[in-house]
Amino acid sequence: MWNYEKRLQYPLKIQNTNPKLAQFIISQYGGPDGELGASMRYLSQRYTMPYPEVAGLLTDIGTEELAHFEMIGAIVYQLTRDLTVEEIEKSGFGPYYIDHTTALWPQAAGGIPFNACEFQSKGDAITDLTENLAAEQKARTTYDNILRVADDPDVCDAIRFLRAREIVHFQRFGEALRLVQEKLDEKNFYAYNPEFDKTVQSR
Amino acid sequence: MYANKPGMTQAMDRKKLMKAIHEVSFAVVEMTLYLDTHPYETEAIRYFNHYNKLKNKLEKEYAASYGPLTIANVDGDNNDRKWKWALEELPWRGGCA
Repeated sequence: MWNYEKRLQYPLKIQNTNPKLAQFIISQYGGPDGELGASMRYLSQRYTMPYPEVAGLLTDIGTEELAHFEMIGAIVYQLTRDLTVEEIEKSGFGPYYIDHTTALWPQAAGGIPFNACEFQSKGDAITDLTENLAAEQKARTTYDNILRVADDPDVCDAIRFLRAREIVHFQRFGEALRLVQEKLDEKNFYAYNPEFDKTVQSR
Repeated sequence: MYANKPGMTQAMDRKKLMKAIHEVSFAVVEMTLYLDTHPYETEAIRYFNHYNKLKNKLEKEYAASYGPLTIANVDGDNNDRKWKWALEELPWRGGCA
């Protein structure tokens, strides 16, 4: 189970609204490499992960991703406060506004809804950890792309924090992958899935 | 940073206290992940313990003066006339920022 801590992981105070930027940043809420997918990926993979330290890492990173999901929600919320109809129409925020007003809804920047097909939980420790390494890099690239188009210092500061966390998670998953590789039977390295082939060793 | 000097934290106002909570909590999150993949590093465990204790202490202090950040920190009694957990502003609306 989880406890809610009533604060954002990194303080946020956005002075100016910017619905156009909100529409870009919402991709990290429910887009293909967003925080929701990241959290669901790790929190789903952990059950069958046979090594407790790696299952623990998946739990802890999955939990931190929920805090990032909240931060992105807060950024989008603060960027779309008190909008006028003119601002909505001019900024290109209109299609989103028609369906959701200014509520948060997980979608990609291009409007594609959140979908579990955007992440994998494959049940093979090497496969899943390799997916996670790629996923952290994809999220880092997305934050780089956001930083190229964003010029609001209040927004950029928070986005830089989130970008740095992707790099730390990449590092930790790299260590987890090495840990799993070291535990695997070296003679049968590529043929053995430690999450499934539990009896193979004794044959 | 944030050594346990007596009386130091009492003087902090709300903003300063929240900033300190953000900082020590970040150290706790970071060390949690690090220890997950380095579970036998005693120096890292000591570092974690220092900030985790400080985090609990600062959050209790925050709860006593301004309202709880977690349900575990609700330190109420039967004379309380309001439920601060619900009434304190939410973080995305500028509370606890």
